[in-house]
Amino acid sequence: MENTIEKFQFIFLVAGIGFFVLAFVVSGVVTVNALTNLPYTPLDELSQDVGPYFTALSRQYPEQFEKYYPGGPTPENYREALLLARNTYIGEACWHCHSQQVRPVANEDVRFGPVSTAAEQQHELMMPQLMGTRRVGPDLSREGGFRSNDWHAAHFYNPRSVAPTSVMPSYTWFFDGQQPNKKGLAMIAYMQWLGTNVER
Amino acid sequence: MTVAVAAKRGAKPLVPQPLINLGLVKFHMAAGFIFLIIAMLWGIFYALQLNNLYPFPGIELFSPGRVRMVHTNGVAYGFIVNVFLAALYWAVPRLTQRRVLSDLLGWLIFWVYLFIILWTVVGIHLGYAQAVEWGETPGAFAANGSWLFPIDELVMVGLVLIAIQFLTPIFQFGSKQPMYVSLWYFSVAFIWIILTYAMGNYLPEFIPGAGGATFVGLFIHDLVGLLVTPLGWGMMYYFVPSLLKKPIWSHAVSLLGFWGLAFFYPLQGVHHFIYSTIPMFAQFGAVVSTVAIEIMVVTVFINFFMTLRGREIAPVTNMPIRWFYTGMVFYVITCIQCAVHVQFWAQEFVHFTDWVVGHAHLIMFGTFGFWLIGITTDLWPRVVGRKNWWSPALHEAVFWMCTIGLASMFVALTSAGLVEGYLWKGLAPWEVSLQSVRLIWLFRTATGLLMFAGVLLFAFNMYMTATTPEGEEAALGLKVAAPAK
Repeated sequence: MENTIEKFQFIFLVAGIGFFVLAFVVSGVVTVNALTNLPYTPLDELSQDVGPYFTALSRQYPEQFEKYYPGGPTPENYREALLLARNTYIGEACWHCHSQQVRPVANEDVRFGPVSTAAEQQHELMMPQLMGTRRVGPDLSREGGFRSNDWHAAHFYNPRSVAPTSVMPSYTWFFDGQQPNKKGLAMIAYMQWLGTNVER
Repeated sequence: MTVAVAAKRGAKPLVPQPLINLGLVKFHMAAGFIFLIIAMLWGIFYALQLNNLYPFPGIELFSPGRVRMVHTNGVAYGFIVNVFLAALYWAVPRLTQRRVLSDLLGWLIFWVYLFIILWTVVGIHLGYAQAVEWGETPGAFAANGSWLFPIDELVMVGLVLIAIQFLTPIFQFGSKQPMYVSLWYFSVAFIWIILTYAMGNYLPEFIPGAGGATFVGLFIHDLVGLLVTPLGWGMMYYFVPSLLKKPIWSHAVSLLGFWGLAFFYPLQGVHHFIYSTIPMFAQFGAVVSTVAIEIMVVTVFINFFMTLRGREIAPVTNMPIRWFYTGMVFYVITCIQCAVHVQFWAQEFVHFTDWVVGHAHLIMFGTFGFWLIGITTDLWPRVVGRKNWWSPALHEAVFWMCTIGLASMFVALTSAGLVEGYLWKGLAPWEVSLQSVRLIWLFRTATGLLMFAGVLLFAFNMYMTATTPEGEEAALGLKVAAPAK
C-alpha cells in the first residue's frame, strides 16, 4: 500500500483525474442541473421589447442615432446595441469594478433594489455571466431607469462632471466629439436595460 | 528586453549538462521576470487610476480596465508559470534521474508560450477580453462573431505538450518505484491545469447566470489551487531539503498534506460567489471544504517549520531559504484569513471590497512571488555560469523592499476593505466610501512602487550577473557537482 500510494499511476488517476472529476460533478454538474428548469431567454427575444430609453436616445441624438442605427429604434437595432454594449462592458473590464448581483445581506436591497434571483439571470446577456467579484463603483443590476440618458452620457464622457469623487476612467472614445457614437449609444441603452427584466 | 539579451549573450557552460537543459531554464526565467516587470508596472498604472492620477487618460488602447486585466494575467501566466517552467526544467530531471522528453519540444513550448502571452496582452489591450476572471485571454472569436485567433485552443495544445514533456520522465521513473513528494505534486498539476483550463474557458460561454458562475468560480480557484499551489509546494519540497541538506521532518505529514490538498482544493470554487444566486447547497459545500483545507495548510506548515529545527539560523544566512520561509509565513496568514473570511457572516461585509484584493496580493506575490524569487536567487548564477551573484548584498535590499512593500500593501488593502464593507452596510452614500479610502489608496500606490523598485533591483542584479564575466574556475560544472550552502 505504501508503495502504491506513492507511485505515479495511483496519484495521477486518483488525485489527478478522480478528485477533479468528483469536484466537477459535485460542485459543478449538480449545481447546474438544479438550475435547468429555469427558462432561458435568448437576446432575440429580449430585444423585442425596445426600451423607452433607447427610443428616447433616437430623439436626443437624432443625427448620431441615424448614422449608427439607421431605421430608428427597431428591435434589430436594439439587439445590435445591447450586444455591442455587453461586449464593450466585457472588453473594458467594467465587470471588474461593477457587480451585477444584489445580495440578500448588508442592506443591499435597500441600496440597490430587489435581491437578484437565479431566474432573472437566465438570459443571453448573462452568458458569460457578469456577476462580478469587486465593487469599486456601485452594483449595476438595477441601473435601468434609475438615471437619465443625459446623466449617463455626461458620466461616460467625464465621470467627475456628475460624480465629483468618482475614480472611474473617462470613456471619451464612446463619443464623436461630444456626441455619443455607436458604442456610446449602445452603452447608455445597456445601462438603461439592466434590471428591466425584473418586476418591481 | 535587456535581461533576455543578456541571457542570450551569457557564457555557455564549459561542462555540458546532459541531465538539465540550462538554456530552457535560463530563457523561461528571464522571460518570467520581464513579464513580472511589465505586469507590476501595469498594476501601478491601474492603482494610479484609483488615485485619479492615471498617466494615459482618454487613450483607448490604455483603457485602465484593460490595463488591470493585463496586470493579473501578466503576473499569473507571464511571470508565475514561466518561472515555474524554468524551475521544473531544473527539478524534474534531478528528481527522476532522466532528461525531459525533448529539448526541441522544450524550445517549441517556450516560443509558443511566449506567443500566447504576447497575444493575450495585445488582445486584451485591443478590447477582446473574455469575461472569465484570470482567464481574460481572448477567445477564438471576437464577441461580434468575427474570427480572431484560436488562442484558447493553442493553449490547450500547449498544456498537453507541457504535460507530455514532464510527465514522460516522471512516468518512466515513478511507475516502477515510489516517487519523492515533489513529484506527487507535479504529477497532478499538469493534468489538473488541462482540465481546469478546458472547464473555465469553454463552459461559462454556454451556461448563463448562476450555472456559468459556478464554473467561473471553480476556474478562478483551481487556477491558483490546482496549478500554482501544487507546483509551489512541489518546489518547496525539493529546494528546502536540498538547501538545508536535511530531510523533510515527517513523511507521514507530507502524505497527509498532499492528499488533503488533492481532495479538498477542487471542491471550493463556489466560495467566490457566496450569497450569490448559485444554489445554497453548493455555497455551503464550498465553505465546508474551504475550512477543511486548513488541515493541509497546518500540516504542511508544521512539516516545514519542524524541518527548520536545528537550522534556525538558515533564514538569516541563506537568501533562498529566507524567501521560502517568508513566503510560507505569508501563505499561512492567507490561508487562515481564508478560513475566516469565507464564512457567511464575514462575506456579508468583506465581499466586493479591497479586502479581497489584499488577500490576492498576499498569496500571489507574498507567497508564490517570493518562492519564485527565492528559486531564482538559487538558480540564476548557476544557469548563466557564474559562481555568485553580481551583488549578493543587493538581495538584502530587495528582500526588505518587497517584504515591507507587500506587508504594508496587505494591511492597507485589508483596512480599506473593512472601511468599505462597513460603510456600504451602513448605507453611507457611495462617495463617502470612496472618500474614506482615498488616502489608503494613495498609500497603496506607494507600497506598490516600493515592491516594484525591489523587483527592478533584482532584475538589474540578474542582468549584471549574466553579463559580468568571472574567472574560469567559476564554471558551472564545478558548481553543480558541489552545490554551495
